[in-house]
Amino acid sequence: MTGIGTNGVSGTGASVTLSSLEKTYDRANAAKAVDGVSLDIRSGEFLTMLGPSGSGKTTTLMMIAGFETPTAGDIAIDGKSVVAMPPYRRNIGMVFQNYALFPHLTVEENVGFPLKQRGVPKAERAKLVAEALELVHLPGYGARYPRQLSGGQQQRVAVARAVVFKPRLLLMDEPLGALDKQLRENLQLEMRRLHADLGITFIYVTHDQEEALTMSDRIAVMNDGKVAQVGSPEDLYDRPDNRFVAGFIGESNFLPAVVRGVENDMVVAEYEGTLIRALCPGKTASGQTVMLTTRPERLRFADGTWTGSEGQHNRLRVTVTEAVFAGERCRYMLQAGNGTSIVLKEPSSAAIRRRAVGERAEIAWSVADTILV
Amino acid sequence: MSELTQPASLALAVRRPRAAPFDWRRAVPLLLAAPLLLYMLVFYALPVVAMLLRSLNDPAWTLANYATLFEDVVFQKTFWITINTSVTVTLGCLVLGYPVAMGLVRARSMAPFILVIILLPFWTSVLVRSYAWMVLLGRHGLVNEALLALGMIDRPIRILNTPLATQIAMIHILLPYMILPIANALRQIDPSLIRAASGLGSTPIMTFRQVILPLSMSGVAAGTLLTFVLALGFYITPAMVGGPRDITLSMLIAQQVDQLNWAYAATLSAVLLATALAILAVARKLPGVGNAFKTSMR
Repeated sequence: MTGIGTNGVSGTGASVTLSSLEKTYDRANAAKAVDGVSLDIRSGEFLTMLGPSGSGKTTTLMMIAGFETPTAGDIAIDGKSVVAMPPYRRNIGMVFQNYALFPHLTVEENVGFPLKQRGVPKAERAKLVAEALELVHLPGYGARYPRQLSGGQQQRVAVARAVVFKPRLLLMDEPLGALDKQLRENLQLEMRRLHADLGITFIYVTHDQEEALTMSDRIAVMNDGKVAQVGSPEDLYDRPDNRFVAGFIGESNFLPAVVRGVENDMVVAEYEGTLIRALCPGKTASGQTVMLTTRPERLRFADGTWTGSEGQHNRLRVTVTEAVFAGERCRYMLQAGNGTSIVLKEPSSAAIRRRAVGERAEIAWSVADTILV
Repeated sequence: MSELTQPASLALAVRRPRAAPFDWRRAVPLLLAAPLLLYMLVFYALPVVAMLLRSLNDPAWTLANYATLFEDVVFQKTFWITINTSVTVTLGCLVLGYPVAMGLVRARSMAPFILVIILLPFWTSVLVRSYAWMVLLGRHGLVNEALLALGMIDRPIRILNTPLATQIAMIHILLPYMILPIANALRQIDPSLIRAASGLGSTPIMTFRQVILPLSMSGVAAGTLLTFVLALGFYITPAMVGGPRDITLSMLIAQQVDQLNWAYAATLSAVLLATALAILAVARKLPGVGNAFKTSMR
């Protein structure tokens, strides 16, 4: 066995299958913390479970780690059910939200802890610990105690400790939650690099959608104990399946409309007398009331410099109610017909005329950016 | 700083500010405590000092009272019995108390109930509890009757008035002093550490040895010290349930006072006090134990 890095043996990650996983804490209170979660996590994947607090993402992670027992359903790692296995036999690396470093042990002893439990001889332990510390850019910190390190350094030690024994699966529970923004962004990139270096499966839990979008191969959006949608960051952003995902990931505008016609993969809906075309994966019928969604940065003012082609765009008349200059972009609050608020974000440029509050305008956006949810 | 301060004297004035005029508001806490302080001074501190002085000035100013202790066989035997009893009782409390402390911390809805059971002896006088042990351990006491009924013995065995009886009763009385500091230390261990250990491949027993036990050492140290020092001065219990020849230091002191042998009693008291203080002083210097004083006070 050589190093932990690219040349290591741990080049393949574990696959994880969750089947109809359920967790109910209190029998009297029937609310399910996790309610029928099924997920196929591929070998070597960086999967993020994203959701608001109470959505069941951490509970799901704890069940995979073995700290919580599922009320129903199954968890299989590499095809083998682990539900009956205690956590210390699952061989899974885990980084906790508060790092959970042992305060009475030095950095070296902390990182060496999982190796000691596995009976790795002292000399080899020292070598692996040094490698792991190098991996997280903390060589030479071995003799310090956790309390002598900054939050970011503690986080790195926790990561080193979680990967030093070459697990094929690494679980992370909001590992960057306690750090400031700058440090968080640096460490996000480092996590991605680490994932690429180790080639093992990462399951990452966060409530920060930006973090999820930046780091993940795939994101499972959780809400109310259920998976709302699973997909790549682009999938979730451009083609949200439902209103929750559209609202939770990024900013979205919602227009209530009535379907007037369905043709091929497109639907024509009426909003306040204006016909709007939207992409629709065949799930509606004429006469139905639906919700159309589109992203603020995909809207443009459709006059003057606008050069979009009529056929592929929707148009809508609005009144500007608020105009905010925010450096790299301008943010407008608009009001359409019956009072629906619409947000429009436009890159700021000296070449683009700023709109004044109270001004009437027409906006346009691509049919491809209009989704029926 | 007053404007009158000369530039030349400024540095000096900054380094050594003049005493502020006496602020009566700061004296209020002291005044509130004054009656009790006075009471303690007159009825406790002065008599104790007077008593201790007797070991030095009775019959004349001399260290002779202490010098004789080195040849005093009775004292040496008594001192040894006292230390021996204290060590045994402390170990007994530790072995019996640690698991209870763990149970107390882990129990959720049962915790208040367990706490009441632990504290119940606190609310009964030592005298009553010692009497109870006399009844239980006596020749026809509950313990003997039970052993007879179970067929483990043929005739009543002698438990009362043996060192064992003293140890049993003292362990019972001192257990809360061991359990509570340990429980306090255990309660402060972050539960995620135990999860982390388990997730990193540590079996429950390994986790106990490598994580829980080391992190609870401050509580163990506090409980051990408290129990040991209290055990050193125990009087009622060994006097009532102990053996007639197993005399502890405090029993010897009482005996000497009865015989109006004040100087000797004072010397023994000084030795007992010095032993307790010495143990505390040494323990305080031990790494990791110093914190125990803070922890147990929290």
